[in-house]
Amino acid sequence: MNTATAEPTDFFSGAKAARSSARSLWSKFLSGICVGLALLTLVPLLSIVFLVLKNGLPLLSWNVFTELPPAAGMTGGGFGNAVVGTLLMVGIALALATPFGILSAIYINEYDPYSRLSNAVRFVAKLLTGIPSIICGVFAYAVVVLTTGGFSAWAGGFALAILILPTILLTAEQALLGVSKAYREASYGLGATNFQTIWRVVLPDALPAIMTGIMLAVARAAGETAPLVFTALFSQFWIQSLREPTASLSVLIYNFSTLPFEHQIKMAWTASLVLVILVTIANITAQVVFRRR
Amino acid sequence: MIKTMDSHPPHTASPQSAAPSELSQARADFLKVCDFDFYYGKKQALFKINMEIPQRQVTAFIGPSGCGKSTLLRNFNRMNDLIDGVHHEGDILLNGRSIYDKKIEIIALRRSIGMVFQKSNPFPKSIYENIVYSLRIAGVSNKRILDETVEHSLRGAALWDEVKDRLQDSALGLSGGQMQRLCIARAIANRPEILLMDEPCSALDPIATAKVEDLIHELKHQFTIVIVTHNMQQATRCSDRTAFFYLGKLIEYDETQKIFTNPGEKQTEDYITGRFG
Amino acid sequence: MQTDAPAIEQGGIKEFKRRPDLFRVLCWVASAATVAMLAWIIIEITRQAAPSIQKFGLDFLTNSKWVPNRNIYGVSPFLIGTVVSSVIALIFALPLGLAIAIFLSEDFLPLPVRQFVRFTVEMLAAIPSVVYGLWGIFVVIPLVQAFGAWAVVAFKDIPVLNSIFAPPAYGNSMLTASLVLALMILPTITAISRSALVAVPGTLREGAYALGSTRWEAIFGVILPTAAPGIVAATILALGRAMGETMAIAMLIGNSSRLTSSLLSPAGTLAGLLANQFGEAEGLQVSSLMYAALLLVVITLFVNIAGEAVLRYTQKKTAGIR
Repeated sequence: MNTATAEPTDFFSGAKAARSSARSLWSKFLSGICVGLALLTLVPLLSIVFLVLKNGLPLLSWNVFTELPPAAGMTGGGFGNAVVGTLLMVGIALALATPFGILSAIYINEYDPYSRLSNAVRFVAKLLTGIPSIICGVFAYAVVVLTTGGFSAWAGGFALAILILPTILLTAEQALLGVSKAYREASYGLGATNFQTIWRVVLPDALPAIMTGIMLAVARAAGETAPLVFTALFSQFWIQSLREPTASLSVLIYNFSTLPFEHQIKMAWTASLVLVILVTIANITAQVVFRRR
Repeated sequence: MIKTMDSHPPHTASPQSAAPSELSQARADFLKVCDFDFYYGKKQALFKINMEIPQRQVTAFIGPSGCGKSTLLRNFNRMNDLIDGVHHEGDILLNGRSIYDKKIEIIALRRSIGMVFQKSNPFPKSIYENIVYSLRIAGVSNKRILDETVEHSLRGAALWDEVKDRLQDSALGLSGGQMQRLCIARAIANRPEILLMDEPCSALDPIATAKVEDLIHELKHQFTIVIVTHNMQQATRCSDRTAFFYLGKLIEYDETQKIFTNPGEKQTEDYITGRFG
Repeated sequence: MQTDAPAIEQGGIKEFKRRPDLFRVLCWVASAATVAMLAWIIIEITRQAAPSIQKFGLDFLTNSKWVPNRNIYGVSPFLIGTVVSSVIALIFALPLGLAIAIFLSEDFLPLPVRQFVRFTVEMLAAIPSVVYGLWGIFVVIPLVQAFGAWAVVAFKDIPVLNSIFAPPAYGNSMLTASLVLALMILPTITAISRSALVAVPGTLREGAYALGSTRWEAIFGVILPTAAPGIVAATILALGRAMGETMAIAMLIGNSSRLTSSLLSPAGTLAGLLANQFGEAEGLQVSSLMYAALLLVVITLFVNIAGEAVLRYTQKKTAGIR
């Protein structure tokens, strides 16, 4: 066949076409692998969910919330004190971290966005998100445990506060950024002060998004173990004071999972179930309930 | 010459505006611009502007995009101060007082001047709360006064009949024209001296535009109005005096009739006849 | 009847008394405190570590003996363990994460499936570390033990491999921990890589297709290279996360302070060391643990700064393409 330019190229047969269909085949093959790998991720997740349900459900009952952990080798009991402890320490963490986080976000977004302090805050917040959670525990150990002479819920709450502060700050900043500039302009145009504009216009509008950030922080804090293992330690008893070692769901799971007793291991699964449910509820609340229009 | 802010603002009065003859002589130089240069950083946006804007009249600023008319307008209530890196030379006087006087609070200035923006920006609050916002930030909380202000302002903005039964509804549920009239009502709620309007009708349909223009005719009995507009017919319809700007300079400033029928400058004539936009 | 006249009569500007904005001061204090927090953390840990730093200096990083009873402390096994576990986790997580990211950014399967996969990955991210550990104990350990038993025999006579898979094959081992760690950093890699892929402008894709590329030629030839900086950022940040991960590792890695080359043997990481020993430590041990913590902070800070820098660089680059 003459290869002179007068002849139109035949797209559907010949060597070029063969190469092109080989390339298509190869592409389809790669797509198949890609899809396969992506669906493969479902396997571990399904495994985890399945096992948490399968092993955790049997012991799940109201007792679990009203009774104390069983002694080693004993059966029965629950982990009510751990649930209370987790909620308490997350509460302490929120009380400590939320004001700092939101007020800082307000400063860097509303008052002086381009100042050196604001740039420093943004940089530091990003860095703080990368701090390993165990370091929060180490720091709380140094600052609270060593100075007060003992393990306590305060120490645990403090460690969690350090953990969630950057999250709250950064999501609050995003929330404030999401408020339309037009609102601020209208407010300043009417002669409002900075404070009035922030308090009456910006914050109310940003509130749903800020709450989202807080709920996400709660979800994170509730599931953390490392900051608590040597700050709040653990306790077999109902909490009497915030100044003593305090039980938590995550530390309970950690402790029980390594015991050689079948009942304790089952408790660990049940506690995992409760913890996962708690975290999921917090996450869903964050993303669905507070979703912006 | 500073008006004192009482705790009961002066609108317990009747909604009707006083007849012109009862008011004192209106100042011809109520808002006076003196040798005013303005810079965004290094870029000069306004060149030696000199003009006197009379009280209780409508003055229109016209000119092609980027000629500085909005920039000048936004300097009257020092909104440009919110932008980083701006500076100016020369002065602007309100009723004989420099607005850049160190003794004057910008907040006070802005509470004395109302502004309506190109794209209406009601707060995501109820209609009621939008109007009373300027009163609340001035410390007024007396419900009777707030209610009266709302009615007064909405009547003044020709919106009362349309929304009087849904004052607690969100302002964002109004139509475009209604939102802009709400913004006008909000701007006049605290009885400002001057009303600045930055292309208030550019986002509105003809019917809404007509309503706003009627409003301007009504409002000028009580307020000094400066309006920036792209629409020359609007300037003809609404304003008493017109200023033509080009490339940051004030080219011509005169009675509206004269500008549009017998302009003095060639550039003005070119712009009006549409030789450049 | 009073008219509006008197108000306008006087003309001029309303009065306003400026009061200091206390709220601003409050917000400033909060911001300064946040910045100070990071400094405080580093300073405090360094302070606590001082006795150990004084005693051991940089030898701390190279000594391989950690014997509390005799006050001998060296973290090299744990340093190496941290690095090795993170790297192995990355080796597993990167291809998988990239594949998922590509899957999510292309349309191989309909949108609902993609949303489901995305949801799955997000759920993986939400599972607490300790639950991963528990799951790992009962699912991954048996699997690795079985694999180990096979590998020890299969690789017995192959050089290099027979020391990586040396007997005995424990369940609590470097391999087990690394596998679970890979799962835990998967969401990070997927999320950031997906952002990078989706940020590749449509015009580039269209250009590739218009030239007659198959889908994967476009992916490898144009899309991946453009998204490469973002993927690098994802990798670095995932590395940082892996190095800081504590609980799952502590529950699965065996927490041994002996240095070995076998993946099937127990090992230790810095984070795991801290988790295990802080509760009952005293004196110089506390100080040495603080020293180890300081090392961990410094390493993760560096890695995260690098990752953020690359991320910022990629955002600038893709912003410029029309």
